[in-house]
Amino acid sequence: MASVTLRNVQKTYPGGFLAIKGIDFAVGDGQFCVLVGPSGCGKSTLLRMVAGLETITDGEIDIGGRIVNQIEPAERDIAMVFQNYALYPHMTVYDNMAYGLRNRRMAEPEIKTRVEEAARILELGAMLTRKPGQLSGGQRQRVAMGRAIVRQPKVFLFDEPLSNLDAKLRIAMRVEIRKLQRRLKTTSIYVTHDQLEAMTLADILVVMNGGQVEQIGNPLDIYQKPATTFVASFIGAPPMNLLPIKPDEFKSQSGGDLAVEAGILGVRPEDLVVSSEATSGIAFDLTVEAIERVGAETYIYGTRQRGAQSIAANPGETPPGEVIVRIPGAVAPDIGEKIRAVAPREKLHLFSADGRQRIGP
Amino acid sequence: MENRAIFSGKLLPCLLILPQLAISLIFFYWPAAQALWQSFLVQDAFGLSTEFVWFENYVNLLQTPEYYHAIGVTLVFSALVAFFSLGLGLLLAAMANRNIRGIQIYRTFLIVPYAVAPAVASVLFIFMLQPGLGMIARALQRAGIDWNPVLNGTHAMILVVIVAVWNQISYNFLFFLAGLQAIPKSVIEAAAIDGARPMRRFWTIIFPLLSPTTFFLIIVNITYVFFNTLGIIDTATGGGPSGATQTLVYKVFQDGKVGTDLGGSAAQSVILMVIVVALTAFQFRYVEKKVHY
Repeated sequence: MASVTLRNVQKTYPGGFLAIKGIDFAVGDGQFCVLVGPSGCGKSTLLRMVAGLETITDGEIDIGGRIVNQIEPAERDIAMVFQNYALYPHMTVYDNMAYGLRNRRMAEPEIKTRVEEAARILELGAMLTRKPGQLSGGQRQRVAMGRAIVRQPKVFLFDEPLSNLDAKLRIAMRVEIRKLQRRLKTTSIYVTHDQLEAMTLADILVVMNGGQVEQIGNPLDIYQKPATTFVASFIGAPPMNLLPIKPDEFKSQSGGDLAVEAGILGVRPEDLVVSSEATSGIAFDLTVEAIERVGAETYIYGTRQRGAQSIAANPGETPPGEVIVRIPGAVAPDIGEKIRAVAPREKLHLFSADGRQRIGP
Repeated sequence: MENRAIFSGKLLPCLLILPQLAISLIFFYWPAAQALWQSFLVQDAFGLSTEFVWFENYVNLLQTPEYYHAIGVTLVFSALVAFFSLGLGLLLAAMANRNIRGIQIYRTFLIVPYAVAPAVASVLFIFMLQPGLGMIARALQRAGIDWNPVLNGTHAMILVVIVAVWNQISYNFLFFLAGLQAIPKSVIEAAAIDGARPMRRFWTIIFPLLSPTTFFLIIVNITYVFFNTLGIIDTATGGGPSGATQTLVYKVFQDGKVGTDLGGSAAQSVILMVIVVALTAFQFRYVEKKVHY
């Protein structure tokens, strides 16, 4: 059991490319930290630096009160689950799990106890004599988990462990991982690009973009109060509607409480309601362009009738001027119909014009 | 996961394998059949009369002590060459598989020896190891070693082993390097996190995962050392001194081409062929079980 602390961690590649631009965060003992971000944001690199598979060019990483910058991966007392599982194909499931213990010269009876315990937890008991080639994707994933837990390390590191599984299995394994971590109480760092995985697994969520941290915090706090437009559009599906607004426009819509210059207004699709009544919040007059029915709810894609100026698009963001409305049930307006979507004032998010700062509420 | 092309007719697949079949027939099966036929014949010195003698050639051969000597020489020679060319090839490939500056240049230079013809390689080493004027030979003599491959059988054997190994390392290096690069990096990283030090990682993870490559190379190297080293031995030692480097294939060449005993030579090449086929079959039967694909 240990805490992990990163202090101004940086990574510069030999060519001079700054991949990690100074990252600080701390994961408390037994906490589950998720690093989330789009591909190429440096999250996997950062995890590999914690593991010791990549060098740290500046700053320091502290695992359990020990600076590990110059320490070999084997000596860091961590275990890692790789995206492609990285099982040893020529060894049986038992030997795969026992390998790390044998390297540490543990006595065979103790190894047997630990492997069998892990196999019992992960329901791999019947597969101990098989080789990885004879297992399904989900079973391989569990062997990779088993290899990590038999070691009883201070920290678990997960590098997108579920991305090679099909959608259904991914959800099942996500729940398994969470239950396992709660039970073992081992500090964990988990990398993913899937915001849903991030939201459901994390005690601490670290949203990364371009080698930097955009926001750190409790997942629900991040969802409710995203610090930047990047976080606002990356966390949550469908993404938050982001619309550039002029001060007078905002004032008239919101009732004039927030006196600000031009900025970006954000409103989550589920906070919009299709209604013709005037409210104290903001109202959009939309032309319905597309409808997506997913059963329990329906997404309405509409364009604003007043011309909207375009803003810099972040990954996953809605196109300029398009507004998504999420309504419960399957009853929806027709395509081409004109509707009014309204959101109450307390549900609005306001960002600076460059999107780098949250200014209200 | 099988991904095969399915042909509907019989004509196209037959046409496609025809060139390979033709080459095998003309350059392997025909000469092999001829050798088998000739091994039952005896010709007089002027080639005027030929007599069918059944197994007389074989009986004569198995009664000559020199033949058993050649078998011994071949075993020593092939064991040494296979061991060193595989071992050094693997060592160099493991070194060249790391991220070091200028690795492309090293790799290229390591492959170049394969482009040198065996006879040319022989000549290069003869110059360097020539007792009178070779620079390595003189260095050895200065160090107090009475180096003389022309008179000393052991030295002659060392000379041909060096040339044969040098000539074959590149080939093994190339295949081992490709084999090493096919091992997923994350598996090696997982082993590193699992606490395996580099040497242990090599013997418990990398070497077993290389086994298909190693197995293939053992077969190829044995074939190489049994047959293709003829040019090296002919140029470097001519089988001498007093038969110290006379391998089976070189004896076939000498008895048939130089001694013009075509029947005896054909009998030898039939036996040699049987030995190599048996060795290969043995490996597929027993060694391949240890290979992890």
